[in-house]
Amino acid sequence: MTEDEDRVANADQNALLRRRFDPVLTEPIPARMYLQPPLWIDHARAAAWVVLGIAIGLMVPYLGLFSSQAPAVAVAAPLPVRAARAHLVYTPEVRHPVEVDAKEKDHLVKWLSKRLDRPLKVPALGNDGFELLGGRLLPGNDGPVAQFMYQDASGKRLTLYVTQRHKGDELTAFRFAREGGVQVFYWIDDDCGYALTGEIDKPTLNRIASSVYKQLER
Amino acid sequence: MDYNLIVPYIPNLRRYARALVGDRDGADDLVQDTLERAVRKFHLWRPGDLRAWLFSIMHNVFVNQLKARKISSEVDIDEASIAAPIPGATTLDVADVQRALARIAPEQREVLLLIALEDMTYADVSRALGIPIGTVMSRLSRGRERLRRVMDGEPATTPLRIVQ
Repeated sequence: MTEDEDRVANADQNALLRRRFDPVLTEPIPARMYLQPPLWIDHARAAAWVVLGIAIGLMVPYLGLFSSQAPAVAVAAPLPVRAARAHLVYTPEVRHPVEVDAKEKDHLVKWLSKRLDRPLKVPALGNDGFELLGGRLLPGNDGPVAQFMYQDASGKRLTLYVTQRHKGDELTAFRFAREGGVQVFYWIDDDCGYALTGEIDKPTLNRIASSVYKQLER
Repeated sequence: MDYNLIVPYIPNLRRYARALVGDRDGADDLVQDTLERAVRKFHLWRPGDLRAWLFSIMHNVFVNQLKARKISSEVDIDEASIAAPIPGATTLDVADVQRALARIAPEQREVLLLIALEDMTYADVSRALGIPIGTVMSRLSRGRERLRRVMDGEPATTPLRIVQ
C-alpha cells in the first residue's frame, strides 16, 4: 500500500469504529456512576480537626491561656447542617419520602422512641396547614436520629429532625440558620436537639417552629 | 476533591470501555471500577491532563481484570447493545467490527481504540498506557493490520480466546 492509501484506510477504520461506538456517548449514564465524594476526605478532615484539637489542647498549659478550657475537638457537623442535609435528601422523594407512613403513627412513635431511647412526641401542625406524612430513622453522629416529615396541600414539605443531645452540644435557645438553600430553626434542650427545616419563608417557618417548640416542651 | 471534574469524561470512558471489553455490563463495570479508583486516588492527580490520567487508571484496572480473568479476552457480542443501523454502515459492518476487535490482542486493541475513538496523539497514548512512543506506534500498526485482515474475512485460524 502507498502512504496515501494507508492514510485513507486508517481514516476508514477510525470512522468505522466511531460509527459503531459513538452511540455510547449519548446513552444515559447509569446512576451508580455518580459517586459520592469519597469518605476518606470526611475522615481526613475529621482527623485533622482532632489532631488540631489535641495540639491546641497540649499547647494550652504552656501558653498559660484558656487553661480552664477543655481541648478543642471539633468534629461533627452542627445540628442545623445535619438536619438540612437530611431534609434535602429525603424531601424530594416521590415514592419513599418516609419509612413509616403517618397511617401507622402509633407504631412510628413507639418505634422511634424505642430507638432514640426516650419518649418522642410528634407535634400536630394542622393549624398551619401541614399534615404528618410519616417518619424515618437516620444515622446520627453517635446514635440514631428521627426525622418526621410533614406536607401541606400544595405539596410543600417540612422536616423535623430529632437527635439525642451529644456530649459536646451546648444548650441552645431558638436559633435560625440557612443551609444549602433551606431554612432551619433549631434548639437544643437538656435531652434532645430539634431542627425544623423547610423551604418556606422565614416568618412562616418561625411561627410553625414556635408551635413545635411549645408542643414539645409541654 | 470535586467529582464534578470527572463526570464530563464518563461518556468517553464508557465508549472506550465498550469497544475494549465488548459487552455492556462488563464495560460499565470497568468504568465503575475506574471511577472508584480515580476518586480514591484523586489526591495523587496533579493538575494536568485529567483525561489521560483517567484513561491510565482505566488501563490499570483493565490489566488487573485481565489478570484476574474477570474479562475474558474473547468478547461476547452483546446483540442488544448493537446500535440501530446508521446510514452509511450496514448493521453487519458494525456488528462485525466489534467481533473483529475481540480478535485483536488487548494491548493492540487499547492503542488502536485510544487513537481511533479518543483521537489521542502518540504522546497521549504513551502517557495513558505507560509505554514508549515507539511501542505505541508498533502496536498501532499491528492492531490496524490485524483489524483489516479480520474485517476482510481472514478465517479464524488463531484461537478466539487469547491466552494471556
